[in-house]
Amino acid sequence: MTPVIRIQREDFDLNAELAALTAGRRDIGAVVSFSGLCRDEGGTLAALELEHYPGMAEAEISRVAEEAIARWPLQGLVAIHRHGLIRPGEQIVLVAAASAHRRAAFEAAEFLMDYLKTRAPFWKREHLVDGSVGGWVEAKAEDDAAASRWDGSE
Amino acid sequence: MTETVVEPFVATRAIKLVYFAWVRERVGLAQETVSPPAGTLTILDLVRWLKTRGEGYEAAFANETIVRAAIDHAHVKPDTPLAGASEIAFFPPMTGG
Repeated sequence: MTPVIRIQREDFDLNAELAALTAGRRDIGAVVSFSGLCRDEGGTLAALELEHYPGMAEAEISRVAEEAIARWPLQGLVAIHRHGLIRPGEQIVLVAAASAHRRAAFEAAEFLMDYLKTRAPFWKREHLVDGSVGGWVEAKAEDDAAASRWDGSE
Repeated sequence: MTETVVEPFVATRAIKLVYFAWVRERVGLAQETVSPPAGTLTILDLVRWLKTRGEGYEAAFANETIVRAAIDHAHVKPDTPLAGASEIAFFPPMTGG
């Protein structure tokens, strides 16, 4: 099974991606997807700027996807991550996992997302509504903790 | 007649460095090619040599344990040898997703 991995500036169509994941298949019983959106909490955010490391972003997400494929019986896997300026309400990231049963699909999607947050080379910076460029978003310890709980289990 | 100036150390082969996010901003460059001195064997050796190259580098690598590194598109640790590396990246902890 070859995972679908894309790093792109443009938006993606969630329904089209999920339809492609299951097209022509009769053996998929579960599809779990996660979409991450750009969020504004205080009315101050104009956009998030996502910088990435071209080449390594694809390579690292591919390595994480291969780990997921090795751990769970999956029939399909999609990971799409955008870069550039993304406004509140817009989609940033999609992961989706397809399997015969829900447990593998749920776990693989969550694993992929947890690892993608701590290992894929992307960095967010805030652009504020007053026209200024805010600081770089700081990495959260809880994201490291979320990823590390997959270590050594199973 | 001018005397030949003896280099204080022998330069190793050139390595491409790339920087991202606030590491890029503090260094003031997105990429450069450097020839670190012989004896620069690991990522940490390279970081300590880079810190001698100016204020920007010092600011970028002030906390040696915060900045992450990759060799040829794969994450590495500070004690990873540089041998065979063609592109080394330095960047802050990642905040994608």
